[in-house]
Amino acid sequence: MAKKEQVAANGTMAKQKHSVSSGFKRDWQLYLMLLFPLAMVLIFNYASYPGIRMIFYNYKPAKGWDGSKFVGMDIIMKVFADKDFRSALASSLVFNFMDLIVGFPMPIILALMLNELRYPRFKKVTQTILYLPHFLSWVIIGSVAYTMFRPTSGLVNIALQNMGLIEQGIPFLTEKYHWAVSYLLIGVWQGMGWGTIIYLAAITGISGELYEAAMIDGANRWQRIRHITLPGIKSTVVTLLIMNLGRVMGSNYERLDSFYNSQVRDFQYQLAVYIYEKGLAGAKFSEATVVGLFQSVVGLILVIAADKFAKKLGEDGLL
Amino acid sequence: MAKNKKNVEEEVTSADGSRAINKFRISDAVMMVIITLLCATCVLPFLHLAAKSISSNSMVMAKKVYFWPKQITFDAYASIFSDGSMVRSMIYSVGVTLLFTLLGMIVCTCAAYPLSKKRLKGRYVFTFLLMFPMYFGAGLIPTYLLYKNLHMLDTMWVLVLPLIYSPYNMLIMKTFFQSSIPDSLEESAFLDGATNFQVLFKIVLPLSKPILATLSLFYAVGRWNSYADNKYYIRAENLKMIQYKLSQLVSSAAEAQSATLSEAAAVTSTPEVLQAACIMFVTIPIICIYPFLQKYFVKGTMIGAVKG
Repeated sequence: MAKKEQVAANGTMAKQKHSVSSGFKRDWQLYLMLLFPLAMVLIFNYASYPGIRMIFYNYKPAKGWDGSKFVGMDIIMKVFADKDFRSALASSLVFNFMDLIVGFPMPIILALMLNELRYPRFKKVTQTILYLPHFLSWVIIGSVAYTMFRPTSGLVNIALQNMGLIEQGIPFLTEKYHWAVSYLLIGVWQGMGWGTIIYLAAITGISGELYEAAMIDGANRWQRIRHITLPGIKSTVVTLLIMNLGRVMGSNYERLDSFYNSQVRDFQYQLAVYIYEKGLAGAKFSEATVVGLFQSVVGLILVIAADKFAKKLGEDGLL
Repeated sequence: MAKNKKNVEEEVTSADGSRAINKFRISDAVMMVIITLLCATCVLPFLHLAAKSISSNSMVMAKKVYFWPKQITFDAYASIFSDGSMVRSMIYSVGVTLLFTLLGMIVCTCAAYPLSKKRLKGRYVFTFLLMFPMYFGAGLIPTYLLYKNLHMLDTMWVLVLPLIYSPYNMLIMKTFFQSSIPDSLEESAFLDGATNFQVLFKIVLPLSKPILATLSLFYAVGRWNSYADNKYYIRAENLKMIQYKLSQLVSSAAEAQSATLSEAAAVTSTPEVLQAACIMFVTIPIICIYPFLQKYFVKGTMIGAVKG
């Protein structure tokens, strides 16, 4: 039947009619396929949303919903007055902004340098090496860092001592201010190579004629970078910057966990750590849920705002 | 005036010979040095650990091992293999990762292919339903309770099922289908009486091999590297993946290091050589396969960069 209709459908009118009458008949297989992912999000994502009502209860994991009292806004007020929460929030924001300030420009600079390299072979090999940290888990990066930066037996301190630059080992990861710097720089190091991909792709999109014209006019390398390459990747930079601003509320538990030790607790105690320690380890389910929800809601608002802002600037939106 | 003229002359001389432009400059050397140094920071730590892992304990404690092993011995690796728990965990992790990747690719295709069809009715509703979880999650505790109610805690399935549907990967696959598979191919297949399944299996998937490879790798590496869910949801030793095992092993060592700051105590609590060998044991699989797979990742990231 459907086939006959299809063959008959030559004009647009007939085609339209066909799609209306037998859209489902022809595409039932597509809907069947969709059942699988829809079931997955319903079971594993949407089904968890009702649990959020825990923020209004004093939830006791041992007793379940029946044994937990409805307390209205009490828990929420308690959390926002909680000193631990405030310091975790402050650390999260400070570290995320620092990550952005230190980490965001690095891939751009690196991409500009890689783009200027003359030897394709050298470029390819170095790129492959620079991408490597992106493929390693935070556990590996953390444990390698601890091995390298140990105050007395770490390679970095031994090398610095042998060169006579320092007398005593520097506690790179075991004193909180040193830790903050190391933590940030290791984060930048982990992401810098991989971050270049997007910019290098944007640079390939710039017309080669522009460079030729500039060279004929006698523009040197820095002038070419400033007046052609940078304007050429501007929209990519702006989009990524906005996208990253939308993520300042997030926190990566694995990264924090991999760099934990008791000396640096003040700085390492960020929102993800708060949620894990209060919630799963400390059985204060309601408090942890409030903080998790706070993070999600603020994150969602920031992403929507970032999208609106990007579109206003005439860039492609994110959503 | 004269100055201007001079400038013009200079421009002409530098422009007419392309050789002058292609001259190797100091800035080239500086850039190459910087990039080489950055590469060194990516390679040397692992070289150092590899050297440590096959050196003798006494040499390591005497701080004589840099990037070349001294008094080569494979004792540390031998003890990893004879202990068996690391090896078992490695095999288990490979199994979980493969299963996860296979299921992930199936569910991803099931979402991306229908949603890539503009004619599909209700497309916007389905897309919204399938994308929303990427932007809003309920948080750790409601999720934990959900898995508890589903009786998934402390099973292998909690490491597999919840994350097999990935909105991000779906978006990449959908973008690929829409941009790289011409509609005309499908139209002519329909005219020949093909069904949607036939079009998918005989035309679309064979043309999408590169993106299938890329996304499989995204799935596999994502699963292989993450361990937080092991910590949240798994208690049984034999269900923990290798990354989490490593995390437990090194966190006790890190703690010893910071608590005492005296080297002797730290060294006796966990032999440095053994620890280096464990780190290498977990790292080597990735380092071995990575150079071959890297180009697929780059491709996927470029497609993903278009949106998302």
